[in-house]
Amino acid sequence: MSARTRVEVTVAMAAEQGLTEDEYARIVERLGRPPTYEELAIFGVMWSEHCSYKSSRAWLRELPSTGPRVLQGPGENAGAIDIGDGLAAVFKIESHNHPSFVEPFQGAATGVGGILRDVFTMGARPIAILDSLRFGSADHPRTPHLVRGVVGGIAHYGNCIGVATVGGDVHFDARYNHNILVNAFALGIAPRDRIFRATAAGVGNPVMYVGARTGRDGIHGASLLASAALDATDTDKRPAVQVGDPFCEKLLLEACLDLMAGDHIVGIQDMGAAGLTSSALEMAGRGGAGMVLDLDRVPLREEGMTPFEILLSESQERMLLVAKAGSEERVREIYDRWDLECVVIGHVSDDGTFRARWRGEEVCAVPVTALTDDAPVYRRPVTVPVDMAARSRLDLDAIEPPDDAGEALALLLESPNLCSRAWVYEQYDHLVGGATVVRPGGDAAVVRVDGTQRGLAVTVDCNTRYTRLDPYRGAVLAVAEAARNCVAVGATPVAVSDCLNYGNPEKPDVMWEFQAGIEGIRDACLAFGTPIVSGNVSFYNETGDQNIPPTPTIAMVGLLEDVSRHLRIAWQEAGDAIMLLGETREELGGTEYLAVLHGLDGGAPPTIDLDTERALHRVVLEAAAAGLLRSAHDVADGGLAVALAEACFASGLGARVEVETGMRLDAFLFGESQSRMLVSVSRDETGAVRAIADAHGLPCTVLGEVGGEQLIMGTAIAVPVADIRARWRAAFVRRLGL
Amino acid sequence: MRWGVVTFPGSNDDRDTAAALERVLRDDVIRLWHKSDDLEGVDCVVLPGGFSYGDYLRAGAIARFSPIMEAVRAHARAGGAVLGICNGFQVLCEAGLLPGALVMNRSLRFVCRDVVLRVENGSGAAVHGCRPGELLTIPIKHGEGCFVADDATVARVEEAGQVALRYVGPDGEVTEAANPNGSTNGIAGVRNAAGNVVGLMPHPEHAMDPLLGGTDGRRIFESVRLWVQGRRT
Repeated sequence: MSARTRVEVTVAMAAEQGLTEDEYARIVERLGRPPTYEELAIFGVMWSEHCSYKSSRAWLRELPSTGPRVLQGPGENAGAIDIGDGLAAVFKIESHNHPSFVEPFQGAATGVGGILRDVFTMGARPIAILDSLRFGSADHPRTPHLVRGVVGGIAHYGNCIGVATVGGDVHFDARYNHNILVNAFALGIAPRDRIFRATAAGVGNPVMYVGARTGRDGIHGASLLASAALDATDTDKRPAVQVGDPFCEKLLLEACLDLMAGDHIVGIQDMGAAGLTSSALEMAGRGGAGMVLDLDRVPLREEGMTPFEILLSESQERMLLVAKAGSEERVREIYDRWDLECVVIGHVSDDGTFRARWRGEEVCAVPVTALTDDAPVYRRPVTVPVDMAARSRLDLDAIEPPDDAGEALALLLESPNLCSRAWVYEQYDHLVGGATVVRPGGDAAVVRVDGTQRGLAVTVDCNTRYTRLDPYRGAVLAVAEAARNCVAVGATPVAVSDCLNYGNPEKPDVMWEFQAGIEGIRDACLAFGTPIVSGNVSFYNETGDQNIPPTPTIAMVGLLEDVSRHLRIAWQEAGDAIMLLGETREELGGTEYLAVLHGLDGGAPPTIDLDTERALHRVVLEAAAAGLLRSAHDVADGGLAVALAEACFASGLGARVEVETGMRLDAFLFGESQSRMLVSVSRDETGAVRAIADAHGLPCTVLGEVGGEQLIMGTAIAVPVADIRARWRAAFVRRLGL
Repeated sequence: MRWGVVTFPGSNDDRDTAAALERVLRDDVIRLWHKSDDLEGVDCVVLPGGFSYGDYLRAGAIARFSPIMEAVRAHARAGGAVLGICNGFQVLCEAGLLPGALVMNRSLRFVCRDVVLRVENGSGAAVHGCRPGELLTIPIKHGEGCFVADDATVARVEEAGQVALRYVGPDGEVTEAANPNGSTNGIAGVRNAAGNVVGLMPHPEHAMDPLLGGTDGRRIFESVRLWVQGRRT
């Protein structure tokens, strides 16, 4: 092989790496010379939106990220909170949107693989995966293909690596027709005093490469695929999507956890976006060190790879670690037991420079801080979207309530957004690991913490009808719903990971939506005392001129001190009283009902008072602690009638309730007023529940009772549970033609 | 009672199985590594669920060549108890220790849910302590769990009473609707002629604790224990 040919770097080449003219000028100034081709590529990925957060960083500082339980806030591979008994919950949510649209199976699979690596890199054994999915219209011709691919990819990776996929959410909206969202969340458990961080320190310590070999896949995943809008040629970007091997990652997981049980390493980082380059630089940056890498020692999958390709490959299932000098042999033995590659490829240095050598030549010598701390930070302009007022226009008087409310309920239950998700979650192994207490289909999943009495509730939420109509309030509502879902299973909400999916940040109206979203999340998280400990921003969710609706996905973790006291949505016994905690108002804006039955998606989303929401949480948790609640279910999309139906489906028992007059019937049945919980209570304990509600100033109504084979709501609805359940169950496959 | 739980690269339910045996049944558990050929004197070897060797080639096809499987074969030949669960069942079929094979579910999709099983015959190790006709609710989770064999083998297995468990509806009847993967005759578990080697697709280790959805899985492990104890006396 000949030596590397020197390439003269130009501004045009900088543009190919996703860098602007200004950014290129800044690089030349910082280095005091033009960069080499490899250096340019490294700047391209490190200063990409995906790696540098240049458009969001200034805003993200506004989010609350501290609290008594926080062991690790944002900035590491994942966040960590103290859950007692000497243990930490380590978790994060991350997007894999563009890869999943371009190549749904591998895109979604590697999204799961990446988030799992983020968690076990911290020394935590992953015990739960959740996925928040947004597809285009159920009627769009490409949607079934994307649903099959994404669900299949998640199942493939999660099932094979042996981590339970315990929940998630799936929504359909034509506004995602050309840009679906795949947000993957993982949660793991680690000893609280054995959390590993991605840092490089100790001059002379060896830098070791472990896991799969490096190939040519995924080059430019971070800079070109994740940090730019999609266009009609999106399928041409398929080579930028990585290919996952969950079996290899299973071995890597077990080997890393074996390694971390001992005292052999200083820091460890997975090779994710921007591969070797980003992991090496982030470790050096955090440790305030320099690093020297010998690219000839990197295990390669194929011959003839250039230094550029070796530095930027996003091949999966690879880790970089800094070992303590002298531990190399022991580290090698551990990976050898699992038949994995383990090679010393460099060392930590003291000159603050990232150097890469290849065939006797130094192809890169850049100050680490130039790539990390000196990355640009933009405060991009914001303006209110011109159609903001038009979005929320709604004339309720022009909307006729349905003649047949029972059939209206059945149609809602058959809608792609409300029907049973069994087709999805039955493809996921949701039991492996032996921790799953509340399986998919409840308000939140509940997993037991091994070796303790404790449990963790996990949920992902975001109603994007609300966020589109009011980006600020919608974000508040997303946090509130996530918190309420934790409360509904008996858990106290404790911390959040957020995945902020937005359009093109260079468009001021998108940036305005983003700013409003941040403010909404901030206000709600402050109110609930739930800091944000990890997360991810995904911009450029734009195809052609169409931006997605603001989608700040909220992953909330809640804590149960005694997991045996968890709550479920299913009625327990005929004759129990059905109570509604909270107040139903005449609110129909942004409801599933308006969309499904009237083809409208305008109006103002439901109002929320955060004090009332907190009062609801306290009432439910106090009543649950006193053993008064036999079931609980958040009243959300589809309103009270849908919540009642779901409690009937989960139990096979019917229900008879009164209908409140004094407001539109459709608002009572299908309105989505916030801060409500449907609970069932033994007949003679309704007074005790009422007393707790009164003490917190929360409205509380006995609606009716559990029993029979029908769902009866006043004179408006009387439908056999078995009939509507069958329609609810069959709808997903039928609507999507799967 | 001393159980051995094998870990192949890609085994996933090995930890859960070991935990169930240790914590619920309070028995001794030895973790056996695939590169070893020593069973360390265990009474029953459990081949757990998962994706051994990534299930490349075919589920269970590579695991059968691992060193530990030589020892498992010898143990089985000597009449020792062997229980294969899910991927373990696939390995036992590939290794020729059990009749038939497990192929892709008829739906072509992975399926994870509780199923109702009917105990067919009291003579195999895994159902030794159950009444014939007894119904058990235990979860399945597999993509390749459709039991198939040539007609002669199916007839022989049926005739010899080697079917241990069948998928049934809530009323105990074998129906198309109750069959989650298209298995021939709704077969969920089979044993060898001697009864000491049993394979089943359902996961008894995930039905051991009421908090996690049920306890019927204990019936399977307790049966094996009873069978081993009976053989000793």
